[in-house]
Amino acid sequence: MSGTTPNTNPAYEKVLAARDASKLTAVDYIKYMFGESFIELHGDRRFSDDKAIVGGLAMLFETPVTVIGIEKGRNTKERMERNFGQAHPEGYRKALRLMKQAEKFRRPVLCLVDTSGAFPGIGAEERGQGQAIAENLMEMMTLKTPVLTILIGEGGSGGALALAVADEVWMLENSVYSVISPEGCASILWKDSTKAPQAAAALKMTAQDLFRLGVIERIIRQPKADDQAMFESLKLLVMRTFEKNLALSDEELTEMRYARFRKIGNPDNFNQ
Amino acid sequence: MDFFAFVKPKNELENTAEKQQNVPFVPDEMWVKCPKCNAMLLTTDMEENLHVCTHCDHHFRMSAKQRIELLADKNSFVEQNGGLTGRNLLDFPGYNEKLEKAKKKANESVRCGECTIDGIRTELCVMDAEFMMGSMGTVTGEKITRAFEYATENALPVIICTVSGGARMQEGILSLMQMAKTSGAVKRHSDAGLLYITVLTDPTTGGVTASFAMEGDIILAEPNALVAFAGPRVIEQTMRQKLPKDFQTSEFVLQKGFIDAVVQRSSLKPTLVKLLKLHGYGEV
Repeated sequence: MSGTTPNTNPAYEKVLAARDASKLTAVDYIKYMFGESFIELHGDRRFSDDKAIVGGLAMLFETPVTVIGIEKGRNTKERMERNFGQAHPEGYRKALRLMKQAEKFRRPVLCLVDTSGAFPGIGAEERGQGQAIAENLMEMMTLKTPVLTILIGEGGSGGALALAVADEVWMLENSVYSVISPEGCASILWKDSTKAPQAAAALKMTAQDLFRLGVIERIIRQPKADDQAMFESLKLLVMRTFEKNLALSDEELTEMRYARFRKIGNPDNFNQ
Repeated sequence: MDFFAFVKPKNELENTAEKQQNVPFVPDEMWVKCPKCNAMLLTTDMEENLHVCTHCDHHFRMSAKQRIELLADKNSFVEQNGGLTGRNLLDFPGYNEKLEKAKKKANESVRCGECTIDGIRTELCVMDAEFMMGSMGTVTGEKITRAFEYATENALPVIICTVSGGARMQEGILSLMQMAKTSGAVKRHSDAGLLYITVLTDPTTGGVTASFAMEGDIILAEPNALVAFAGPRVIEQTMRQKLPKDFQTSEFVLQKGFIDAVVQRSSLKPTLVKLLKLHGYGEV
């Protein structure tokens, strides 16, 4: 579709690639990285089990890890079931429950983010969408176990950040991460959602932009389904990062995580 | 005779700033129409009533300055980092002009400082809807983070009055990151055993709701304030249906269990003092 419309640019091409329905989703990554070792754990113990978020335990080589992914679904039926990867508060609460459980056993946490945003609906508001996200941000900042987040598609605003308060954040080469969708931004600012490509460029939302801004640590090559070598090297990268951070004391780890976010937007940094 | 000698020299900038400051918030005119019950109120009556409608109890929006006057003891507020102001870090089109316009009304979307409240030393942060609808940019996040860090070092309680349209999209991802940064600062203050109270005022939405607004030990709200993550228009577009009446009001979120109390503006200061004292602050 993008090829037929002249109204596009490299930033918006990345947005479309990040949304491409045929790309791998969180459950694919879990399958290719952890295979049979993955066991899914359900529910937030408070309200229900949000299928937009998949969580569980798996073996990364010899190390048990907690894996939490936002899942968009791979076909129409799955997408309906997964609410198109738009989580409700109970999804974020399930994620937090699994992270607190990981902390108890000092098990590293890997988060895979792919969402256009937290679900904007009546039930979500009634059950405290804002509160659920806020609590994740607060608790993740001091979680006493390593946390690594990889954006594998769309990173939509607070709904993505709720799983991205991590020691390091990595992005696939064709992924985006933004405070607002380019369509939303264009329709608010210019009352014209067809100006989304301009908004995408202005928002600086591609992996490459974010790396330049110092908001992410690493850009990952886009793996294909049968590219097991790529998944093996991704596993090695993840393992090396976990090993490095497992060696830190709780205090060193949480200090480092706080410092990572603390510097963003500090005018003292920009004035230098 | 020089007739024009009687005319006060005009400072164009100052004049417009003052006028604009008063337009949507506390009208300069003698009469003001209540947007809720349509009653015509004498401005002086409305102001004396703490900017609350004398007929229907509608709480008018207050500027940061007015709210500081409402809560802090007279002349006790010492502003911190008041010189920090937003910059166009991403070269976002049109943002320079917007900032310039906003800066005529206020320095940023939040004012932070130490004050006393009924003699109790408190770190007070008050968001300001007059500056880009209280949107959270990097400076907003930085000022709030510094306020929590200062309060943690000095063992002070923190009170934040929120009013915000959410994250400031002109600062893109850097604005989103302020949600994590401020939440981290709140957590450290909390882990030090210190009290944090939020006062939600109309409207408190988006990234502010999904970060420090909902992280208070105690969360209060003014009557009938909009308190939401996704705003009603966004939800209406998604759901393609009208929302129930009173959806996302203070009273609604109280009933759903997400805030501690709805407090009339006239009892706000006494309520805060009571809560501070119940936590052992202000004891000599």
